[in-house]
Amino acid sequence: MSLTNEIIKQRLVEKFGDQLTDWVEPYGMLTFTAPKDQNLKVLQFLFDDAELRFQFLTDLQAVHYPAKKGEELAVVYHLHNLVDNVRIRFKVFADVTKPDVFSATAIYQSANWMERETYDFFGVNFVGHPNLIRVLNVDEMDYFPMRKEFPMEEQTRVDKDDAMFGR
Amino acid sequence: MQSTEHIVLPEGSLEKLTTTLNLGPTHPATHGVFQNILEMDGERIQKATSTVGYIHRAFEKIAERRPLYQITPLTDRLNYCSSPINNMGWHLTCEKLLGVETPKRVDYLRIIIMELARISDHLICNSIVGVDSGAFSGFLYLMQYRELIYEIYEEVCGSRLTTNIGRIGGFERNFTNTAFEKLEKFLKEYPVQLKEFENLFLRNRIFMGRTIGCGPISAERALNYGFTGPNLRAAGVDYDVRVHTPYSSYQDFEFTVPVGSTGDCYDRFLVRNEEMWQSLSIINQAYKKVQEFKGTEADIFHADVPAYYLPEKKDVYTKMEALIYHFKIIMGETEIPAGEVYSSVEGANGELGFYLISDGGRTPYRLHFRRPCFIYYQAYPEITKGSMLSDAIITMSSLNLIAGELDA
Repeated sequence: MSLTNEIIKQRLVEKFGDQLTDWVEPYGMLTFTAPKDQNLKVLQFLFDDAELRFQFLTDLQAVHYPAKKGEELAVVYHLHNLVDNVRIRFKVFADVTKPDVFSATAIYQSANWMERETYDFFGVNFVGHPNLIRVLNVDEMDYFPMRKEFPMEEQTRVDKDDAMFGR
Repeated sequence: MQSTEHIVLPEGSLEKLTTTLNLGPTHPATHGVFQNILEMDGERIQKATSTVGYIHRAFEKIAERRPLYQITPLTDRLNYCSSPINNMGWHLTCEKLLGVETPKRVDYLRIIIMELARISDHLICNSIVGVDSGAFSGFLYLMQYRELIYEIYEEVCGSRLTTNIGRIGGFERNFTNTAFEKLEKFLKEYPVQLKEFENLFLRNRIFMGRTIGCGPISAERALNYGFTGPNLRAAGVDYDVRVHTPYSSYQDFEFTVPVGSTGDCYDRFLVRNEEMWQSLSIINQAYKKVQEFKGTEADIFHADVPAYYLPEKKDVYTKMEALIYHFKIIMGETEIPAGEVYSSVEGANGELGFYLISDGGRTPYRLHFRRPCFIYYQAYPEITKGSMLSDAIITMSSLNLIAGELDA
C-alpha cells in the first residue's frame, strides 16, 4: 500500500512532462487528462513500469460533452493496480467530427468489447481495433444513441414548461 | 406454386470443411438470450463468434433522465439472480457521491441481504452446472432454498426477483421479527442441504470427469481479459472487492477468499461452493452483530439524511417537513452535487462498478455500469477453442453468464 497518488503523479510527470493536465482527485481517485495521440503511450507506461504496474483495465467508456467545442467526446479509462490496490482514471478528449482514438486492444484483451461498446454508443473510432463493429445495438443503426443530441423526454429538468407543477 | 430457380449456395460453401452451427439465441442450453455461431469440425469447436445484445434496454440512456431513486429498479435488471447486490451497489455509489454515512446497523443488515443474494446466485450457477453435466437432482435440492431467501427479501422489501430493496441511506423499513425468523430458518436448514449437495458433486467421478480441464484459463489471460469475481479467483488470483476496498463495513468480518488454480469449470464450481459457506459464515456474524443492538439502537434502519431518504408514509401525512421532502424526492427535484465517482461492489459475478458523473443537475449526467459478465464473456471463444460442444455448454453455465447483466 505504499504507492500513493503523489508517487504516481510524480512518475507520470517525470515521463510525460506537462503533456498530462487537469490533475484532480475526486473521491480519492487520481484523475488526469492525456493528449489524444498519447493514450497508448500512457497506458503502456503505466502497464510496464515496475513501480506503477497498472495492469488491470477496470473500465473503459466515453462521455459526451456537446458544449466543449473540439473535444466533445471524452474516453475514460479506469485502471487498477491489483498489487498495491490503487485505482486511477484518465481521460482523452476527441473531436466529435473526427473521433479517432488509438485502440488499447494490443495491451488489454478486455478492451476489445469495451471499445466496441463505446463505438456502438458514442461513435468513437478506435484506430487499430481488430473488429470495430456494433456489439449491443443492431448493425443497421446509423446513429450513436448515447450522444446528447438524441435527447429523451426530460421529466425532471427545470427547463420543462409544465403548467401543472410549475417546472 | 413451384419456383423454377435453383437454390444458389453461398460461395465457398462446398469447399468448406467445417460445419456452421448456430447455438442460440434461444437455445435452452444457453440459459439466456445469446447467440454463438460455432464453426464445428465434427464435435470440436474451431471458432466461436459471440453475438450479444438481444435484451439490450439502454439503461444508461434511461438513467440520464431519472432521479437517483428511480435508477434502483434499473439496476435490479442487470444480474437478476442477485439483484439486491446491484441495488446496494447503486445505493453505495449514491452515498459516496452525496457523502452519506450509514449507521453500523444498516451496514450489517445490508451485508445480510447481500450475502443472501450471493448465495442465491451461486446456488443457481452451481446447480445449473450440475444440470448441464447431467445431474438434475442437485438443482432440485437447492432450488427450494432459494425460495427461503426470496421469502426473506419479500419480508424486507415486498418483492422477490427484481427487489428494488433499500433506499439511499438505508432500508425502506426495519426488518420485522418474521424476517429474522425466516433468516434463522434459512441459516439452520441450508447448511444441511448444501452439505448434501456437496456430497453429490464434489467427489463424484462423472462430474469430475466432465468438469476438470473443461474451459480452463490461466491467471494472466484471465487478468488480461478483465475477469473478476469467482471466475478470476478460480484461476488463482485472490482479488475480491470486499477485501481490497471494503464497503458497507466488510472490514468488521472474518472470512476467507477461496482461490482455485486451473481456472477450469471444476475450480469455478469449488470456488463458488466455498463462497457459499463463507457467505453463510458472514451472515451468521452479521446477524449476531445486529442482535447486539438493543433498545432505540435496534430501531435504526436508515441514515439521517432527510434530503435523500424517502420519509415514512405516516410522517408524510402528519409532518410538514416529511411532506416537503417526500414531494421533492418523488418529483425528482433534489439537486445532486456535481462530481464524478466510481464505486464498485463484489457482485456475484465479479466487480460490479458504477461510474457516475453529475453536473449538479437532478439526474446523472452520465452513468456507466461496469458489468463483469460483459467483460469476461469476451474470453469465451478463446477458452472453448478446440473443446467439444458439450464442454462449451458447461463452460458457458459455469462462467455464470446472465443475459441481463451482459446487455444492460
